[in-house]
Amino acid sequence: MTLLAEQLLNGLQLGVMLFLMAAGLTLVFGIMGLINLAHGSFFMIGAFAAAWVANRTGSFLLALPAGLAASAASGVVVEIAVIRHLYARSHMDQVLATFGLIMFFDELMAILFGRTPLLASVPRFLGGSVDIVPGVPYPVFRLAIIVVGIAVAVALWWLIGRTRLGMLVRAGATNRDMVRALGVDIALLYTAVFGLGAMLAGLAGLLTGPLLSVQVGMGDSILITTFVVIVVGGVGSVRGALAGAMLVGMVDTLARAYLPTLLQGMMQASTADQLAGGLSSMAVFILMAVVLLVRPRGLFPAHG
Amino acid sequence: MVETRRQAVVLLATLVLLLVLPALATAVGMPYLLTLGSQVVIYAIAAASLDLLIGYAGLPSFGHAGFFGLGAYVVGILAFHAADQSRFLGLVGGATQAWIVWPAAIGVCALAALATGALSLRTAGVSFIMITLAFAQMLYFLFVALKIYGGTDGLGFDSRNTLPGIDPSSDTEFYYICVMALVLVLGVFRFLVRSRFGMVLEGLRQNERRMAAIGLASYRVRLVAFTIAGAGAGLAGALDANLLRYVSPDALHWTMSGDLLVMVVLGGVGSLYGAFYGAVAFVGLQSLLSQWTEHWMIVLGPILVGVVLLARRGLWGVLAGASDGGADGGGGAR
Repeated sequence: MTLLAEQLLNGLQLGVMLFLMAAGLTLVFGIMGLINLAHGSFFMIGAFAAAWVANRTGSFLLALPAGLAASAASGVVVEIAVIRHLYARSHMDQVLATFGLIMFFDELMAILFGRTPLLASVPRFLGGSVDIVPGVPYPVFRLAIIVVGIAVAVALWWLIGRTRLGMLVRAGATNRDMVRALGVDIALLYTAVFGLGAMLAGLAGLLTGPLLSVQVGMGDSILITTFVVIVVGGVGSVRGALAGAMLVGMVDTLARAYLPTLLQGMMQASTADQLAGGLSSMAVFILMAVVLLVRPRGLFPAHG
Repeated sequence: MVETRRQAVVLLATLVLLLVLPALATAVGMPYLLTLGSQVVIYAIAAASLDLLIGYAGLPSFGHAGFFGLGAYVVGILAFHAADQSRFLGLVGGATQAWIVWPAAIGVCALAALATGALSLRTAGVSFIMITLAFAQMLYFLFVALKIYGGTDGLGFDSRNTLPGIDPSSDTEFYYICVMALVLVLGVFRFLVRSRFGMVLEGLRQNERRMAAIGLASYRVRLVAFTIAGAGAGLAGALDANLLRYVSPDALHWTMSGDLLVMVVLGGVGSLYGAFYGAVAFVGLQSLLSQWTEHWMIVLGPILVGVVLLARRGLWGVLAGASDGGADGGGGAR
């Protein structure tokens, strides 16, 4: 029972992380119609920048803005240099060009920081653990991630639903030509949205840094899980991204936690371990297949 | 797509070059060219089957490495069980004869493509890209987890699959088998895209609604195309495992799907033969750049971006003058 509470929180934390990734990706797709493989690169850039600054200065409060700024800046530069020429192109062209961007950024990070993982430590004031229920300690840092994620979700809801910028974003998603005809600088709007998405990915990256290792290619595997989130939630919808992220985060965490014991009851230990290892890393994909069978357009389709 | 004279000349010249490559490699004292050549030919088979999906069926698959790697693993797993006389899942024994193993690889991949295609084709566009990617990645994780078949280390085996009258240890003979397979696959694909089936695919790509209006169901036709493409990639994977006598989850990794995609686009989407030239360019670029610097990806990445933004015809269009507008009549060169 205590294990379950802990695993549920872990699932929530992974879900929050996935939401930070998926929100930007799905906004960019919903508004600009662009599929961006290089989204994982911004995750990586945020993590590297923050870890580097933290190691240099020893201060997480400096590392946080550094990671955010680095990922947002690289997002803006990439949008202006490459991405904006891709909006009118086919999805295949977009995939290919952003695949090229991944190669570039992975190698750039390898040249700048080397192939050995960078050490990122949990900031001291968020170290240690607290009892979530008496007798069940849980790391403060993971709790902080969950809080940050919920805050970002609320902020996004406010930004998109309650501000002028959000109104333009929603209008742009519905009919971009009309918005342009009304005199809105749509290019600037697109750059801003792309930069915001990149910054959220960077935030996810710098928060993940102390939990996993900060290394080249760290954005790639989370990118693919993020795709699963988006397909499950419904492409282009932020609400769907939130629901999909929570679902995928829970399923992944719980499968990894409980499948081995579950299967050990049914077969001999070594076979069970192997099978559980394979099945638990496949669990989110199986979830996706099931969702597709029932609702081909995802749980919360963006339009209609 | 009846070939123009210029296209026929280019194809013939290419074939002659392929046939004399082993002699050429020996003559210039660069025997590794032969391995590189086999690798190019094998990639060309996989890329051509991907082009069938992207260029003709209009299905942007980003998970083709799944079938490529699965085909490779069929070879590896059957060799593994043949070596220690055990059985796969306690049912199927191992095998090393090519006439059993290769059709098995093709069949397994066709089945896998049928199953994943049946699900993936319920969506379209960007979801289709993500889903095909996710299914391939699922296979990747499966084989990473299967410690019995080496996990991340992969699975090596001692000798290539045997064919009657062929010395499997001879790199030259194996190279010619690969070339034959490529010619065969391209022949089949050429027949397919010119057939009624190919016309329907092309029609669906251009305007699904009109095709539905004249009573053609898109789902089934596309599923057949997806299955055939999966089978083609499976054959390529089986050959690749034979070339290297080794198979690892890398063959299933999503960057492999990306590489295949790069070859298709370099060669020219929807050009059938372009896949080969794309494979030549990709493998060539890769080996040249990696001789020059270990950080070759930092060069190749921007090249890719440039190719997408600037060059739209692909190598086949440049070489053989196939125009974007489909001057060669209805078939495919778009």
